[in-house]
Amino acid sequence: MADNKQKPSEVIANVVGWVDRRFPLTSTMKAHLTEYYAPKNFNFWYFFGSLAMLVLVMQILTGIFLTMHYKPSAAEAFASVEYIMRDVFGGNIIRYMHSTGASMFFVVVYLHMFRGIIYGSYRTPRELIWLFGVGIFLALMGEAFFGYLLPWGQMSYWGAQVITSLFGTVPFIGPDLMEWLRGDFLTADATLNRFFAFHVIALPLVLLGLVMVHLVALHEVGSNNPDGVEIKASKDKKTGIPLDGIPFHPYYTVKDIVGVVVFLMVFAAIVFFAPEMGGYFLEHNNFIPADPLKTPEHIAPVWYFTPYYSILRAVPPVLNSQFPGVAAMGLSVVVFAFLPWLDKSPVKSIRYRGSLYKRWLVAFVVSFFVLGYLGTEPSNVWGQFGAWAGGADRATVVARIFTAIYFLFFLLMPWYTARDKTKPVPERVTY
Amino acid sequence: MKKLLVIIALLPIIAFANTAAVTESAPIDPSNQASLQRGARTFINSCLNCHSANYMRYNRLVDIGLTEKEIKENLLFAGDKVGDPMRIAMDPQDAKKWFGVTPPDLSVEVRARGVDWLYAYMRGFYKDETTPSGWNNIVFDKVAMPHVFYQQQGEQILNHETHELELVKPGRLNPAEYDAFVADLTNYMAFMAEPAKAQRKSLGIWVLLFLGVLLVLTKKVKAAYWKDIK
Repeated sequence: MADNKQKPSEVIANVVGWVDRRFPLTSTMKAHLTEYYAPKNFNFWYFFGSLAMLVLVMQILTGIFLTMHYKPSAAEAFASVEYIMRDVFGGNIIRYMHSTGASMFFVVVYLHMFRGIIYGSYRTPRELIWLFGVGIFLALMGEAFFGYLLPWGQMSYWGAQVITSLFGTVPFIGPDLMEWLRGDFLTADATLNRFFAFHVIALPLVLLGLVMVHLVALHEVGSNNPDGVEIKASKDKKTGIPLDGIPFHPYYTVKDIVGVVVFLMVFAAIVFFAPEMGGYFLEHNNFIPADPLKTPEHIAPVWYFTPYYSILRAVPPVLNSQFPGVAAMGLSVVVFAFLPWLDKSPVKSIRYRGSLYKRWLVAFVVSFFVLGYLGTEPSNVWGQFGAWAGGADRATVVARIFTAIYFLFFLLMPWYTARDKTKPVPERVTY
Repeated sequence: MKKLLVIIALLPIIAFANTAAVTESAPIDPSNQASLQRGARTFINSCLNCHSANYMRYNRLVDIGLTEKEIKENLLFAGDKVGDPMRIAMDPQDAKKWFGVTPPDLSVEVRARGVDWLYAYMRGFYKDETTPSGWNNIVFDKVAMPHVFYQQQGEQILNHETHELELVKPGRLNPAEYDAFVADLTNYMAFMAEPAKAQRKSLGIWVLLFLGVLLVLTKKVKAAYWKDIK
């Protein structure tokens, strides 16, 4: 080895060459990073995809450390969380990172979905990316729901009790289905154990798989952009590279890192200074150990589920069955999957859409927030109407109106997007 | 769109607006170690007979300025070790028979109820012959717990017209002294609910400073790479 006069760069090239003859290292790097051409006009909204990945990784890492000390049994779970908070070195920060991460995951995913909606990123040829994304959203909701039982506080317990009892409303098989899901007649030790299994292994595997196919599909067709213009339509004649495309690495890696740092500043501010976020990220009642004999006066899910919870409560029972409400709640999530086929507009981006679409979008966003707020409150929060309205809860009536608007945004979309006055779309992106 | 964002930003404030009838905020200072130590003494002498604090170890009290020696000599029950959690001898089943309900563990009670509630609760006991213990509470109707500090506070009654408490029989402490006594206890229980809170906040400042520097650097890197994108 003494007369080996190879330069370090040659050594690296040799090693990479050795690997490349056995594994598609360089070609994969090229296809997904250095020669993956992304539109150069990404704006603020395009940070949230990479941030969702960041939060996913953070949740997995902090989750691994939490499982080292957490005990998934009804007798020990609550105490083991407090043990992590007090006696495990750095345990409080890891736990707060995980609990804050759960809420922030939904923040970035909601913003990421909203980006997809306003720029028409679900339209042809990106329908599958969108469908995989809806799958990720569903898996994430399951992940959050199962994880929320684990601290075994009052809200954990009664939240799980309420949500599993929804399955009891399914016609014919309901009660058996509910018992099968819980593994007991009530939410109990068996339920906690299986939710732990779902939370730490089953759903994370599903999530990772879905994230992978989401990205593979994205890199196959290429990213959309705020103008909704296909950059592959205008390529350099010699090189075949899109004129408005820039290599993802280094341009978007260095840009996304700035977004990561800004996000981490917000994240750290919450973790270190307000981990409970006024009871929205960590609910006050969840610091009382689960008690199957004491139903809390007011049961509300964590904020990210409240719009759908509002829809569930808003739908009146039919023939003494709550199932229509449960079905409406399920539909309110699944309905996102139909967007690619509901949108008939000739343009993709909100930049070139008319006022009709924009008004519907605003109505949808407002209803999402109003339903979200009402879901955190008991249905008598605004008192009752007078006898002329049969003394109905004001909040319930308002929730019904906004539930209708929520669904009309989707149901009427083929009509108002086709009828809307659109503006001409430029041939190249605006930068 | 702007208006909409304002409404969205204000939603949490609307959501906060309807908390219970606790009106006063607790006059506590988490950096006042003398107050925390007085509160710890009250807690261990009075509360820690019926209520446990199973997640709190005695030696964690070094965080409020006590030495292990001081803890051993003044605060430990016979037979306990300084690293032991604050357990009690009372059996939960017995407690349920005697009081009708097992007195809850108080380790994280403040995180469930809040300091203002606790401050109001400890000052809110009044005589009520209709309850088994002879006491009732203005923020916790028909509470099973009797007024443990009636010797200190004296006896209050509820004026049903004004719905305010009136001191009818003074205790060992005058009202201002009793308020300070309860504030110390509240201060301690807030500390006990999350002993690492102060340390978390001071660490947070360093993390944010680090990220601030990192932000400047990453922005420069980004600008350097992007300068030729036109």
